[in-house]
Amino acid sequence: MDAFLLQLLNGLDKGGAYALIALGLTLVFGTLGVVNFAHGALFMLGAFCAVVFNRLLNIETVTIDETQTTPWGTPMEIREPYVQSMLGDFGAFLVDYSVPISIIIAIPIMLLIGVIMERGLIRHFYNRPHADQILVTFGLAIVIQEIIKHFFGANPIPQGAPDAVNGSANIGAMLGLEGFISYPWWRLIYFLFSLLCIGGVFAFLQFTTYGMVVRAGMRDRETVGLLGIDIEKRFTVVFGIAAVVAGLAGVMYTPILPPDYHMGMDFLVLSFVVVVVGGMGSLAGAVLAGFLLGILQSFASMTEVKSILPGIDQIIIYLVAVAILLILPRGLMGRKGVMED
Amino acid sequence: MSKLNLSRRGLLKAGAATGVALGAPLHFVKGAYAQDQMSCNMPTGSDVVFGFNVPQSGPYADEGADELRAYQMAVEILNGEGDASAISSFSGASNLKGNGVLGKKVTYVTGDTQTKSDAARASAQKMIEDGGAIMITGGSSSGVAIAVQSLCQERGVIFMAALTHSNDTTGKDKKRYGFRHFFNAYMSGEALGSVLAEEYGKERTAYHLTADYTWGWTQEESIKNATEKQGWKTAQAVRTPLGAGDFSQYITPVLNSGADVLILNHYGKDMVNSLTQAVQFGLREKQVNGKDFQVVVPLFSELMAQGAGSAIKGILGTANWDWKLDNAGTKAFTQAFGKKYGQPPSQAAQTAFAQTILYADACERAGTFYAPEVIAALEGYEHDGLGNGPTLYRADDHQCFKDVLVVQGKDDPKDKFDLLEIRKIVARDQVTYDPSIFGGDLGPADAKQC
Repeated sequence: MDAFLLQLLNGLDKGGAYALIALGLTLVFGTLGVVNFAHGALFMLGAFCAVVFNRLLNIETVTIDETQTTPWGTPMEIREPYVQSMLGDFGAFLVDYSVPISIIIAIPIMLLIGVIMERGLIRHFYNRPHADQILVTFGLAIVIQEIIKHFFGANPIPQGAPDAVNGSANIGAMLGLEGFISYPWWRLIYFLFSLLCIGGVFAFLQFTTYGMVVRAGMRDRETVGLLGIDIEKRFTVVFGIAAVVAGLAGVMYTPILPPDYHMGMDFLVLSFVVVVVGGMGSLAGAVLAGFLLGILQSFASMTEVKSILPGIDQIIIYLVAVAILLILPRGLMGRKGVMED
Repeated sequence: MSKLNLSRRGLLKAGAATGVALGAPLHFVKGAYAQDQMSCNMPTGSDVVFGFNVPQSGPYADEGADELRAYQMAVEILNGEGDASAISSFSGASNLKGNGVLGKKVTYVTGDTQTKSDAARASAQKMIEDGGAIMITGGSSSGVAIAVQSLCQERGVIFMAALTHSNDTTGKDKKRYGFRHFFNAYMSGEALGSVLAEEYGKERTAYHLTADYTWGWTQEESIKNATEKQGWKTAQAVRTPLGAGDFSQYITPVLNSGADVLILNHYGKDMVNSLTQAVQFGLREKQVNGKDFQVVVPLFSELMAQGAGSAIKGILGTANWDWKLDNAGTKAFTQAFGKKYGQPPSQAAQTAFAQTILYADACERAGTFYAPEVIAALEGYEHDGLGNGPTLYRADDHQCFKDVLVVQGKDDPKDKFDLLEIRKIVARDQVTYDPSIFGGDLGPADAKQC
């Protein structure tokens, strides 16, 4: 029972990350018809917003102390954290909560990056074949990666969760179960955060006039245009929102996975599988498939399962994807006519 | 008709004089016989080319960059342009005169292994064919080392491996043209086993998470054997895909397995992620079988320890070398490297530096670049003063034998270069093993043309 519960939580947590990335991917595909292979890079850029914010908070003043020497004989550099010594306790609080606070910074930055990416490059490829779109966005992803590597190196950069939620929660006691079943607080928070983000995007599209127009545009772009609505502008905003969602997923993921320049690529392929299984362009499908595949992947890693089917944990997602596409060629919730021309 | 009067004494004198006349030039030109023999890319002009095949992209790019720093420093020293104090305590220092190698200026070409076997082989091939490299060195993965070593054997080019820790490199996949200065998984196991028993007791049950490739398999086998020899039990050994990222689904089964030690046979990014996540899951606060739960990382990399942040504190592991070692060779190298680059060298840099110096020294001792004779000069070579203490390049498997360090994550590091402290220096004799246990065949030392 314990093992089952823990793997379920792992799956939900993992599924949350898949769903958040896939949601943005499918949103862009559904509105702009673009297969965006740079979407993983947006996830990574979000994570690096947290890294940059943390670095800013840890800027140091360097003074040379001639009286002390390094082990290699040069004068010792004495480093003092600038923000913390200037702001005292508030500075220490900022450093401790740097990951959640960097959400505030990541939103405008990712929105801006998304809009620049769409206006500056991707819009030139709307009427080009999907293969061209894949090539250019994949190339863009590599360029972004290499820029990040140039400035931050190739090694992962650790980001801590706030001290208050750094440990594990005794979920056994919370659920009234026997025994000590612990699960990291931050992973629970990430799961709730992913639900909040997904809910936010759906609410925006479902309950606002702006969202209604976007949905109408997704169905029939020409008619919406004929009604005098500048749908292109709205789609640019949608691209920006997709970038923000991917970015926030990245920011909050940093305490779980120390970010490096390649983390976006690691998630990209899986997220595409999620989008395809969910149904190209289907938002609800992406979310459903994200959680489904995350949970399946976790259960496939259980020792009991692996003893019957060794190596199943590494291929389960692709096996299920093949099976679903054989039975439901448009994916779980795919619509007719999408990518079928 | 004149008659040839040849007395016995005259004949002897003439014979001796002829012998001296013919033999003298060869005596003064060391290795002149060998100069007539040619192996792949032997220099004909005034330069000799080394090939530095390091990860310049991919997950080990930072380690590759540090290796490259060490290689550049070694080349400068060999050419008499760098800070020669770095090799002042090396036992073979007098062979290296600062005029290149055998009087030929050292130049180099570089390649990017990308930490992918096929890419590494392709870049090594390019350096041999287009760059004219007489020796290939570098790398930060056993998969890459084994692939490049096999290519070098085919091409007759000496391969001085850098960071590779799998037993297979100098075990079942060993090659006559391949040499490893770095230690291996077996040595890590032997060094760490007794320390683990001292620290955590003999009544322990271990759970292994293992990277699913050559290094992971041999690391798991070695540490498992070493700990079981100390009385530990093994609950389970689970293979994890390389680059899994999120290890949560592999860590949660540990919680209920009955194990009280988690051994992470992971390296690099996998180590950073699995260790960080194991700590997040509260494993280190857990009590099992009435004992504190422990996490062990058999192979440490100080560059990757930076990625794990505070999760590394108190964790035991092993290292090939550490810049804080208290010996003349380490101090000399660290000072020169620190002055040049403003930071201490990593163990990747140290092994890269040592390999370049050892190759140059072997050429000088052999008096030739002719590969079979350089190989012979390296085989069984006992040396000292490069930072690892007395070191033997064993002839049977081309593995270096030297002391192994047991290190532990520091509780209160001064800076990012001070993450590990040396807990114990395990003597070379304790980690030496019979070369036959891993099988393999070095193969021929025949020279090849390329």
